[in-house]
Order: sequence, then C-alpha cells, then structure tokens
Amino acid sequence: MRLIAENLGGERGGDTVFAGIGFALEDGQALVVTGPNGSGKSTLLRVIAGLLPVAEGSVKIEGGGEAFPSIASACHYLGHQNAMKPALSVAENLRFWRDFNGDGQLGVEEALETVGLGGIGHLPFGYLSTGQRRRSAIAKLLVSHRPLWLLDEPTAGLDKASEGRFAGLMTRHCADGGMIVAATHLPLGLDGAKGLVMGELLPQQGTAS
Amino acid sequence: MWSLFLRDIRLNIRAGGGALTGVIFFLAVIATIPFGVGPDLKLLARIGPAILWIGALLSCLLGLDRLFQADREDGSLDLLVLGNDRHMLALTVLTKCLAHWAGSVLPLVIAAPLLGLFMNMEPLGIGATALALLVGTPAITFIGAAGAAVAVALPRGGLLISVLVLPLTIPVLIFGVSASYGATANPDPFLQPFLILAALTLFLSVLGPVSAALALRHGTD
Repeated sequence: MRLIAENLGGERGGDTVFAGIGFALEDGQALVVTGPNGSGKSTLLRVIAGLLPVAEGSVKIEGGGEAFPSIASACHYLGHQNAMKPALSVAENLRFWRDFNGDGQLGVEEALETVGLGGIGHLPFGYLSTGQRRRSAIAKLLVSHRPLWLLDEPTAGLDKASEGRFAGLMTRHCADGGMIVAATHLPLGLDGAKGLVMGELLPQQGTAS
Repeated sequence: MWSLFLRDIRLNIRAGGGALTGVIFFLAVIATIPFGVGPDLKLLARIGPAILWIGALLSCLLGLDRLFQADREDGSLDLLVLGNDRHMLALTVLTKCLAHWAGSVLPLVIAAPLLGLFMNMEPLGIGATALALLVGTPAITFIGAAGAAVAVALPRGGLLISVLVLPLTIPVLIFGVSASYGATANPDPFLQPFLILAALTLFLSVLGPVSAALALRHGTD
C-alpha cells in the first residue's frame, strides 16, 4: 500500500495555507511533519484525511484493495479533540468506536492495558486527566485496525513514560506494515521516519527529504 | 449502526443529555394554556389537539441544535464523516435522528395523552392526537436534522435552526392537526390526512438525512 501526495495544496477560508507538498509513503514508513504554528500541519492532515477539500494537486492511496478503497476508509484520524464522550465510561466509548469502525483488533480492556490505563475502563471519560484522556484516545487507534494513522499532535499532554510507550506503539504499527503521518512539535522517538518541514509558504520548501 | 443508536440514547438519558428538557417545556406550555384561555371547557376541548401539536412541535425544536454540535465539539463528527465508506453518512444521520427521536421526542408523545386531559379532550380525540404525534413527529426530527447540519458550525445555532426549520414543518403540523380533529369532528375524515402525514414522514426520512449528510460533508473545517 502506498500513500502518495503530489504538489498538494490546501486552503483555509479561501487563503492558501500551504502548496506544493509532495511525498510518498510505503508500507512500514512514517512521516513526521514539523513546522512553526500556523504553517498548515493540521490543515495538511485534514486535507489528507479528506475532511477538507484538496485545493490543488492530489493525494491518494494505492493498493488498498477492496477493504481500503480510499484514504478515509484506510485511516485513523487522531485530531486535537479526542472524540470521546465525557458522560460515557472509557470502556463504553472505546466499545462504541470499535463497533462503529469495524475491523476489530485488540479488545477494549487489552487496548487500555497497552496504553497503561488498565482497570479504569469503568470511569466516566470526563473524570480523567488530560494525559489519561489522550491515552484513551490513543487506545482508540488500537481497537480497530487501520493501515494509516493520521496523528495531529498525538503526544500533547502525555508524560515521559507515556511518550515512550506511544513511540513503541507507533514503531510496532510500522513494523506490522502500517503507515503514519504525524504532525508534531515534540520529538516522537520514531526511528527512520521521513521528515517534512512545513515552511513559510515557500512552495518548494516543503518537499519530503 | 446499532451501537451508534445505543450510544446516542445513553447520552440523551445521562446527566446533561437534555432528554427531559423537551418534556418539561411541553408540560409548561400546555399547563399554562388553560390559565390563559380561561375556564371555558368547550373552547379548551376544541383547541386541544392544535395546542398539543404546537407544543410538541416547539418542544421538538428545542434540543435539535445539539444533534450534531455536541459531536462536532469533541471531534466525533470528523470520525463519523470519515466512516462514510463503511456506513453511508446519510444512514449515520438517520440513526442519529432515530436515537434523538426515541430519546427526546418519544417522551413527548407519551406525555401527550396526560396533557390532553388538561385540555378537556375526550378519550377518542386524545388517542387520535397521540397516534398522529407518534407518526408525525419523526418528520419534524428529520427536517430538523437538515437544519442542524447546516447550522452545525454556528455557536448559537439553535435560533437559526428554529427559523430555518419552522416553515418546513408547517405541512406536518397541518396534516397532523387535521388528522387529530378528524377522529372527533364528524364530517372531517381521519384516515386521509393521517395517511398523508405518514407519507410525509417516510418522504422526509429520506430527504432529511440525505441533505443533512450533504451539509455535514461540506461543512467540516
């Protein structure tokens, strides 16, 4: 499976945020997108996911077969918000996303254990701290299988130990043939990841090395 | 889909879900009418079905703005939209509408017979009105979903939704009320307006979710 972006441009409210972005990801590869605030990292991820229209160029997935015909069907999108309901318990939240997204992978308890939140599944999501919320949102990536992870500041609010654990999860996902596109300010601890620096709207600057 | 239905029902019932808001509002509207109109029992019985319908319609509109907004604020809406390839977005919207109806509007229908007693309605009239509400109120939710999807990005969208949706609900109100009257007033038919009401609900159960899905698809930012 390949994720290919060619001369990709995105806009917000009619203003061009970035242009001329190009990269190609193969199975098992990761792309770390960095850049100053407002350089369009989040917009790039939303354009890739298909939540925002492509202003110019193209981004597509190849070789997904019948199971993953489009990027939207092949990706987990972890945005700034955690997409969990404060009034429901953590386990209920995860069980819902597992059922809704399909392609079940880990069980709910197992996924919570993996992110270090074992035994708190019965608590309402609203009771958790910021870091715990982020970790349960990460557990959401594990309960159903998607080859492509689109992560927007995935480690925001995590402590050192959780960051390390999450780096391990990402490495394992890549080792299993998955792909990751992550926008971040903090080092993610992903070895061998490609880098993409989003700059000050200079079209040729943002090409993957 | 079933899990989405259950989730929305749970959210509706739990603290802050607002399932009771509509019923309380409905109760408040109907309970004040006899004081405003005065102790004219005949008049109350005559306007009863219409007042029940108007009260139910306004109560339906109350909770509609949260239909998609709550999901948008916590990021769930993005994931529901991304799930389009597995679950057609229109079906997701339909499921959310049904859950909203079962959680927030069905209690109104159940409360309607009791409130009909406040209006001095006879049992047959109460039964017909409750039946018409049962069949007609889903249509209001389906139209409302389209309005809620259009206004999803607006922080105070509730008022806009009411203004957008109210004119479109007028046919439902007209046929609902005439079916309710048809059961008691002798020359008026019951079945014809009731069947048109059912047809409206079926028609809008397709049109509402499809247009709401379209609005959501293009409204993400």
